[in-house]
Amino acid sequence: MTPTRRRRLYLVLGILAGVSIAGALALNAFKRNVTFYFDPTAVSRGEVSPGQPFRLGGMVTEGSVRRAPGSLEVQFVVTDFNHQVPVSYTGVLPDLFREGTGVVAHGSLRADGTFVADEVLAKHDEKYMPPQVAKSLKRRHGESRTEAPAGSGATPASTPPAAEGS
Amino acid sequence: MTWTWFHRLGSPPHVFALARRLTPWLGWPAALLILGGLWGGLVLAPPDYQQGDGFRIIYVHAPSAWLSLMVYTSMAIAAAVGLIWRIKVAHAVAASCAPIGASFTLAALVTGALWGQPMWGTFWQWDPRLTSELILFFLYLGYMGLRAGIEDTQRADRASGVLAVVGVVNVPIIHYSVTWWNSLHQAPSVMRLARPTLPGSMLAPLLMMLLGFTLLFGALVLVRLRAEILARERTSGWIREAVGA
Repeated sequence: MTPTRRRRLYLVLGILAGVSIAGALALNAFKRNVTFYFDPTAVSRGEVSPGQPFRLGGMVTEGSVRRAPGSLEVQFVVTDFNHQVPVSYTGVLPDLFREGTGVVAHGSLRADGTFVADEVLAKHDEKYMPPQVAKSLKRRHGESRTEAPAGSGATPASTPPAAEGS
Repeated sequence: MTWTWFHRLGSPPHVFALARRLTPWLGWPAALLILGGLWGGLVLAPPDYQQGDGFRIIYVHAPSAWLSLMVYTSMAIAAAVGLIWRIKVAHAVAASCAPIGASFTLAALVTGALWGQPMWGTFWQWDPRLTSELILFFLYLGYMGLRAGIEDTQRADRASGVLAVVGVVNVPIIHYSVTWWNSLHQAPSVMRLARPTLPGSMLAPLLMMLLGFTLLFGALVLVRLRAEILARERTSGWIREAVGA
């Protein structure tokens, strides 16, 4: 490699390194703003104050959905399997809203700790399967539930969205 | 071991002829894979247990999104090679990549919005994944705009090359946005270290589409590269021979 080319190579690599560091620093500084939602653990740590609008994300606790008769008002509990936040919402829910699946709600905390949502989005996980497989998985999960009561992660719906990695 | 074949990749007449010969070898497999993948994905694959038939948009969305990143990376590598070794053909490759990559990025954004409305309940959110993908679209547009704005090809190559190299920082941000931050977008189903999260009947057509789209990009970039070389070398003598005029 000639000296000029080597110099140009170092220049290009230098620019790339500089921009990467700048980008990493900027994203790190804006971490709070880049994050799309807070999970119930973050809420319980007091990272958001009452009245401040933010997004809450987690799983809808099984059996927690209550609808007020004759209105669109619905109440449910969002959990990340460590902490729970009760949510109250009036409006139409998306198709994928189910108990035991992920949800992202926008709104704010009332003084009593209830999250009042003005928008509810369903968060889909990355798992896909045919209906028959899901049914048999659910059956097997239902049988094993008597032995292992905690969400063992056997059904795809029982993974909290915050824990999704890899 | 002789390196002449490698050094000849810097010669426009050689690359022009090579691109012409290679195009059908990429184009036909791409067409077969995409037709097969569409048949497998839209007809043979079972519906999803939660999304029903709506999940089938993955067969266009995921390959488009994969290519939006892959094409940008190729473009940045070509631009860097062009900047460091002053190879005109490398800049021509980078310039040929940009409109293709921009098209796939737009396809990924539009199919994602169409899926997001029924499934999430919204067309658009300023979510890390969605926002960084939109920035990628603007990077492609900026690259093309910068090239179009500079009359002199050599200066256009250098200026736009630097932009392409700088923008590559966004590629890992897009890919890891769903794992670094809480995001509305789901984590990757195929492009991950662990086993894919789709069963074989759903995965096989998706892999066919991913490979088919990648080969399609190869064929498209070779066609564009020939046009780019023709435009750049329009005054040289070998062009007259090559086009038989």
